[in-house]
Amino acid sequence: MTIRTLAAAAALSLVFGASAQAACAFKNDVPVKSLTAGFQAWKSVTSAMAECGNVQAELDQDFGKKQPEAFAAKPSLYQIGGVAAETFVPLNTAGTIRPLDDLVAKYGQKLTPNQLVKVDGKVMAIAMMVNAQHLMYRKDVFDQLGIAEPKTYDDVLAAAAKIKAAGVMATPIGATMRTGFNLGQDFVNLYMGYGGQFFGEGNMPALSTGDAGVKTLEMMKKLTAYMDPEYLTADSTVVQKQFQQGKIAMANFWASRAGALDDAKESTVVGKIAMAAAPAAVPGGKPATTVWWDGAVIAKNISDAEADAAFRVLMEGMDKEMVTANNADAVWLIDGYVPGRSAEGALASMKGGAPAYPAAPRLGLLTTAIGNTLADFFTGKSDAMATLKAIEAKYVTSAKEAGLIK
Amino acid sequence: MKTRTFAAFVAPSLAMMLLFIALPLVSVLLQSTENTRRIFKEELVERCTPGFPAPTCEKERRQMPVMDASGNPVTERVFVGLENFRTLLKTEQIAGMIAEGRSLWQAISAVDFYRALAFTLIFTFITLPLVIGVGLAIAIALNATVQAIRGPIIFISLLPFIITPVIGALSIRWLFTGDGLMTAALRHLVGQDVSPLSNSWSIALLMMLYRVWHVAPFAFVIFYAGLQTLDNDTVDASVVDGASRFERLRYVVLPHLAPLILFVALIHLMDAYRMFDEVVGFASQAYVISLQWLTFELLMPDNTGNRAIGRASASAVLTMIGIVILLVPLIRRTWRDQKGR
Repeated sequence: MTIRTLAAAAALSLVFGASAQAACAFKNDVPVKSLTAGFQAWKSVTSAMAECGNVQAELDQDFGKKQPEAFAAKPSLYQIGGVAAETFVPLNTAGTIRPLDDLVAKYGQKLTPNQLVKVDGKVMAIAMMVNAQHLMYRKDVFDQLGIAEPKTYDDVLAAAAKIKAAGVMATPIGATMRTGFNLGQDFVNLYMGYGGQFFGEGNMPALSTGDAGVKTLEMMKKLTAYMDPEYLTADSTVVQKQFQQGKIAMANFWASRAGALDDAKESTVVGKIAMAAAPAAVPGGKPATTVWWDGAVIAKNISDAEADAAFRVLMEGMDKEMVTANNADAVWLIDGYVPGRSAEGALASMKGGAPAYPAAPRLGLLTTAIGNTLADFFTGKSDAMATLKAIEAKYVTSAKEAGLIK
Repeated sequence: MKTRTFAAFVAPSLAMMLLFIALPLVSVLLQSTENTRRIFKEELVERCTPGFPAPTCEKERRQMPVMDASGNPVTERVFVGLENFRTLLKTEQIAGMIAEGRSLWQAISAVDFYRALAFTLIFTFITLPLVIGVGLAIAIALNATVQAIRGPIIFISLLPFIITPVIGALSIRWLFTGDGLMTAALRHLVGQDVSPLSNSWSIALLMMLYRVWHVAPFAFVIFYAGLQTLDNDTVDASVVDGASRFERLRYVVLPHLAPLILFVALIHLMDAYRMFDEVVGFASQAYVISLQWLTFELLMPDNTGNRAIGRASASAVLTMIGIVILLVPLIRRTWRDQKGR
């Protein structure tokens, strides 16, 4: 993964070098480096930034692990950081990113209010898109077998059983359940769908108190019966490939990947994928997913001149031309975006009342524990309740070390 | 040699060892007894995040880190004694589980550290005889072939050892993934769906096979070199005495190679106990983990950006103690041999 994205980054920066200053409003002469995730929207934004010259973009799916240290260095190793709802939190709590109000006033006239991520009234990040995991399914397969669009996870199971029984696909369901972040996120979506609470009094965990935790695990286990057995190593890129190669018929999958499924260069299922709201956990419930945002931050430990240049370059990367040229890459928040087919699922989820991802330091600790422990349940080493208890114990250990629990 | 000259020759390497071995060890030991934590205070914070169509702002009580004058979070360093070791070893939890009537194995496999320790030991002790056996077999077989083809065979046998470990592990993994070449072949052979990378035992088996494939050439080269110094007269004498092929191996070749076997075992024990590349390459963390991987995982920042440096240091100290315990018998033997000479 990392090796590939690094190679891609290297290749991209070569391309950038050649095509520098193509369509940028100013000529940038301050070297600017960025570290962002590697999905298509970031490729589009960083290529647009590179047109200003002197921009070195690093696209790496492990950006979240590298950023805290890289931004704490003096001077910071990167001027621009791409963040998502959760990876924004560590940088903000460590105080390694700078308030952007003056820069927004100076260069950010085209930003919409929706793009300003504020903490205590100060703009700390510029959002560019929203993202959510929602249902994507093979319309052709569903139509052929007369299956209606699944509204709940029970519908998903029924549809999968039909597809498997008809012999169309052996593993109709895909899911981002790689141990670590992906698995934790998958649990959070469904757990919130069942109305679960994460915390009780004094930051203590509450996964094992209600019945939502056990219900979530049982549903996840039922779903895995229809997945490729290696689901514990499947991240977004793997699920994307499974879709593109026609191996799965449905997945609760990131909106930011929808564009790639319609990319004729790499996909065999162009135009066959329908987008819908995330299935609900309970009949009539809200879509069991969380709404994320992706955006950029500027490092604190750099000179004001660098910050100035970085912000200007960023504004060029997130301008109207970029969105018009790459409309299908994401659910952009940037002015000029026309919601297309690939945004339908995310929008339907949000209209259905899907909550924003409740990012906070304590949830970060809890999701880490969830992502690293859940595998024991799926490999059969531990039952549902014992797994939830083990997660809570791990969380308490790290929360004590972090100073969140006395 | 005069003591002064000796000291002058040894001093640079002693200084290096102090700087690069002793000091880091001391620092790891110290770090394993303390925790660095941030100070949090609960505050009413307003946050605005993108929504659709309008931003959503909410006020909620959140834990915010206390910042100093220059905007850096205030941290405190506390001495915690053996707390980090206790957290890793979870002695109370295990005692509790056994009191609840679960078996020792169940209790132990619920704790990451013991799971890692158990697999690391299994991995080490299964691969050890295989590496020595395969290395020896290739060496003896090659020693029996014609001189002309030895060069090319040595070169080919060495190839696995030259490959970067992570790359080797990755390529073996890709052969055995869901739609990998070997999986497809296996499927064809047994006539049903197989998935070697989704079972603890099969993934562990692949990891061990990979390690043997990768390290056996090293053992082979050492043993082959040893065979070149084998006294031919002794071999001929044993043939005259009517020793069979096996007896020649057992009573002439193996005793001659014994110090080298010990050496290879020593190196392999150290290497295998530190096994890490396989867990990463095979992405096996959902099924089996090793001690070194556990230390690494503790060091990696979590979703809140914290690193469990105290626990990682404790885990590193325990790994070190484990290696020392493993090596003591072998080193004592070498020591005795050296003194005997």
